Amino acid sequence: MKFAVLAFPGSNCEMDLYNAIKDIIKEDVELVSYKKNTLEGFDAVLIPGGFSYGDYLRSGAIARFSPIIPALQEFAKSGKPVLGICNGFQILTEAGLLPGSLQKNVSAKFICKTEPLVVNNDHSMFSSEYKEGQLISLPIAHGDGNYYCDQDTLRELVANDQIVFKYANNPNGSVDNIAGIINKQGNVLGMMPHPERAVEAVLGSDDGIGVFQSIVNHIKSRGVIYE
Amino acid sequence: MALVKVYVNYKKSILNPEAEAVHKALKRLGYDNIDDVKLGKYFELTVADGKSKAELDSEINEICDKLLANYNMENYHYEIVEAEAAQ
Repeated sequence: MKFAVLAFPGSNCEMDLYNAIKDIIKEDVELVSYKKNTLEGFDAVLIPGGFSYGDYLRSGAIARFSPIIPALQEFAKSGKPVLGICNGFQILTEAGLLPGSLQKNVSAKFICKTEPLVVNNDHSMFSSEYKEGQLISLPIAHGDGNYYCDQDTLRELVANDQIVFKYANNPNGSVDNIAGIINKQGNVLGMMPHPERAVEAVLGSDDGIGVFQSIVNHIKSRGVIYE
Repeated sequence: MALVKVYVNYKKSILNPEAEAVHKALKRLGYDNIDDVKLGKYFELTVADGKSKAELDSEINEICDKLLANYNMENYHYEIVEAEAAQ
């Protein structure tokens, strides 16, 4: 199977993602420029963290109008997995592929540290490698990671089991301790923590492998029949 | 030419830690009478002639909804100023 890793001006985690897939997950992976307008031939799309367009206006607000976005929206509609991490999550909310938005951290500080997370949904295509209630450690690194949505949206997220990861000790003020959510269809995940920075024990944690392995298992179990 | 002044700010329900930091700084400076601080964004759009007031209104609203403001957490309003007045 083949992963696409999107790269926008100001992305800075695309090589971490690329290497996580190539060296640890051992699947095909290709960097795809924000200028391209097709995602044909890919089984899953990863949107990296960083500061696309310098976070000007709002995080993700300008990247959301890149040439690649219509292809991404089409790809998401087809039911194939799309994972946005950190700035990738922000781009997905701005593009309307996930509900809510990411605000400034309540502390107004950029937070860069490893955080304990609770797996809240272990049957999504991104989290089947974990067990519900399992505690994992992933690094966070963001200034705008405070997830916000209104109460109606939150009720819907809970009712549809869309909250995949929660913070054990909410570091940024997110509604309901939310660290990662999927869309209603379950094939688009946005998360602020960085699983690609936690794929080798020597780097402190390999708890992030499960996210990517879950995607691979999902694709392979389906025999890649989407169209 | 017209000048459009667009003001974007957070909805009441949204915490704004940056505005709070400014508010605290004012208190430290001794300005105890400042009850609240709002901190948002301000845009000036210089628009070429050729559109009616109604067309311009609908275009500015579209621009705000699409890009300048995030309806999840922000509100906006704008005023259209004639170029002479702007100068």
